[in-house]
Amino acid sequence: MNEFAFSDAQAFVAATVAAAATYFWRGFGVAIGGRIDPKGWVFEWFACVAYAVLAALVVRLIVFPAGELTGIPLVARLGAAAIALAVYFTFRRSIFFGCLSGALAIAATALWQARTML
Amino acid sequence: MHEPDLPPPTGTRAAFFAGVRAAALAPSMVLGASYVGFGSFVSAHGLGLDYAMFNTLTAWALPGQLAVTELYLAGSGLLAIALAVALANMRLAPMTVVMMPVVHMPGRPTWRIYAAANYVAVTCWAMTMMTAPRLAREDRLAWFVGCAIMLWGASLAGTAVGFYAAELLPRPLTLALVFLNPLYFMLLFLQDLRDRARLNALVFGAALGAPLHLLTPEWGLLLAGVAGGTLAAYVSRRARARAG
Repeated sequence: MNEFAFSDAQAFVAATVAAAATYFWRGFGVAIGGRIDPKGWVFEWFACVAYAVLAALVVRLIVFPAGELTGIPLVARLGAAAIALAVYFTFRRSIFFGCLSGALAIAATALWQARTML
Repeated sequence: MHEPDLPPPTGTRAAFFAGVRAAALAPSMVLGASYVGFGSFVSAHGLGLDYAMFNTLTAWALPGQLAVTELYLAGSGLLAIALAVALANMRLAPMTVVMMPVVHMPGRPTWRIYAAANYVAVTCWAMTMMTAPRLAREDRLAWFVGCAIMLWGASLAGTAVGFYAAELLPRPLTLALVFLNPLYFMLLFLQDLRDRARLNALVFGAALGAPLHLLTPEWGLLLAGVAGGTLAAYVSRRARARAG
């Protein structure tokens, strides 16, 4: 565990640049959004792109995760997602029970890994 | 976790707190858990809590935060950092465009909407897109801001908890917490599938996501969005033309 320590000024410069690069898209979205007819096809295209990016993001987080989740095999990650989907649709579209069951499947996999490694 | 059938809020203040309440339990826990991962990542690599909190405060959008932190640690230059963060967060532009006509009130000062846009992020965006059409137009922006500020606070709390406590948590628990985020997004998008064009976009984006990521890890997400979104818009336009 880290004790509290002040970061380099350089790190704050980098974070400030990141903040500008992040807000840029939000501000750009407002500027563009005010000029587009919400009933027109350009607007529908933007909506479709937004939803497609987010669906691709979900797939990437599950299939190609970063960090610790790489230690859980792909089959288990896909299985956990499938369990979450099945529970979600079984329990009248409950996000709560869907997420809980999928997360438990991942925890169970990690526990099983720890036992078989001993 | 379901959006309960709230009586519609009356007045800006009531709408703001209705947004806070909608985000308070499960959504805040899920997003907070993702930020526990961010806080522990920062702490494991020797950066300070001040950096982690500043980053979550000023550039709230997790993929970009991971990008700047990794690149800074690798010693990259500022231009490379700016480009990588911009690429990681480009999705925020179409999301903001789509939310504008939902929350905007003609006649209200424009700076408010520019300020509120700073809170556009996946969770509160998806929640607002689902809930706002049921609210009076003048209440929608306040509802969104309330929802976003609650989630932002949970992100800051998660960052701090992760910074100090991540190593104390058992591995099965941390992995389960990290996996909550994609599960939650996936189920959130399945809540409202009435719009055919959006459903098509979700299906095409999901189908293209993995192969395009293998093709080009940096651009795959964006390509999947543009290609899948364009295809979905085209298909639904054709279907509508045929229907009449």
